[in-house]
Amino acid sequence: MKYVQEYRARDLAQKLAAAIAREADTGRDYHFMEFCGGHTHAIFRYGVQDLMPENVRFVHGPGCPVCVLPVRRLDDAVEIAERHNVILCSYGDMMRVPGTKQRSLIRAKADGADIRMVYSTMDALKIARDNPDRQVVFFAIGFETTTPPTAVAIRKAQADGLDNFSVFCNHVLTPAAIQHILESPEVRDLGTVKIDGFLGPSHVSSVIGSEPYEFFAEEFRKPVVIAGFEPLDVMQSVLMLIRQVNEGRNEVENEYTRVVTREGNLKAQELVSDVFELRQDFEWRGLGMVPYSALQIREAYAAFDAEKRFAVSEKASREVKSCECPAILRGVKKPTDCKLFGTVCTPDNPMGSCMVSSEGACAAYWTYGRFRADAPAKAKKEVAA
Amino acid sequence: MCLAIPAKVIELADGDMATVALEGVKKRISVALLEDVTPGDYVLVHVGYALHKVSPEEADRTLKLMSEAGVLAEELEEITGGAA
Ligand code: SF4
Repeated sequence: MKYVQEYRARDLAQKLAAAIAREADTGRDYHFMEFCGGHTHAIFRYGVQDLMPENVRFVHGPGCPVCVLPVRRLDDAVEIAERHNVILCSYGDMMRVPGTKQRSLIRAKADGADIRMVYSTMDALKIARDNPDRQVVFFAIGFETTTPPTAVAIRKAQADGLDNFSVFCNHVLTPAAIQHILESPEVRDLGTVKIDGFLGPSHVSSVIGSEPYEFFAEEFRKPVVIAGFEPLDVMQSVLMLIRQVNEGRNEVENEYTRVVTREGNLKAQELVSDVFELRQDFEWRGLGMVPYSALQIREAYAAFDAEKRFAVSEKASREVKSCECPAILRGVKKPTDCKLFGTVCTPDNPMGSCMVSSEGACAAYWTYGRFRADAPAKAKKEVAA
Repeated sequence: MCLAIPAKVIELADGDMATVALEGVKKRISVALLEDVTPGDYVLVHVGYALHKVSPEEADRTLKLMSEAGVLAEELEEITGGAA
């Protein structure tokens, strides 16, 4: 709450909260899935849920890139680093995610593997240039915002004839995952996850545009509003979703017109489609195998594909047994439903991926939501004051 | 990881690179994903790449909010603390 109070536009937040309360039909519930981990984080950090009426709920989606990577792929990355004696470069978020038997990149590094944290793919290229006698692998993860930088790096490596650089590609696609959630038995048959609409991701959409969402807004009859990351953006978008639901519309609307257009960043899209092609199947933590939901490196750039360069064994991978991340990522459970939450599992000692990244639902609950038992009523009073 | 920080482009360099200023910190980033970037433009920076141009007003608003909420300090640390 404190953040919304500090924010200059507190008046606007109050007005939006009042409009949402006024327009939300008290005779029904509204469940909106925020797909993107950046929104999950913002909703907790700024206490947005506390400003919503009782019948407007956020369902946290699988849009945290670190959270959805299956343990298997993480184990493979560790194996590439250890068995093939390469320099493995990874984004910081990935470093502490536990793999099978709690083995994270950080642990493997402590045991002697050469694993380096990088901020950017350009840092990884530089490491390759500085170490011509070593193989350097970039552990690429992320959604559509993080994919174009990987594409640029691969093209640069090719242009510069950098033959000791390759990419372990784990890039995944947002629209495919949303469609998969809508087709899941939990949403369709069991009705255990109720979704009345989606908050569409901000920066992912700045790259792919708003057009890719049009198909499932129509096909699955669910409204989508592309929302900025700021608390007021999220609130405004909720209001737009409520209006669509009330009026029976299922459209793609764009609240974040400051950055997102219908066609997106065409230059970035061209680079991505030059370097990558669809993978037939990719496993997501929580969602299982999702067809055409990820990218692989095209044949023309096969020399830079770490999967082709470094063999990995077919060993079994295992997550911590009681970790509920898979159900949380599907929106079926909440972090507090997990036995390990806050006791065995904390950000300092994470058991699952959702507790590692600040965009993961468990980490957000732990950091911003632990003592919220009576928060909603109090927050509303404070805002009204 | 989904966040992007607005920064002002100070200077363009070879190979689609540029120097941006961020709260007094200068950083080399890539502008390979954008067309027609010129010094003075504000861009959203994500993992070392400019993703999108934004207006100066939008950049200012976002930066103020990020700094009030303490997000900016964290992001700056990630940018400057990463191995290079
Ligand atoms: S609290 Fe920890 S163990 Fe439980 S679901 Fe979240 S990440 Fe997994």
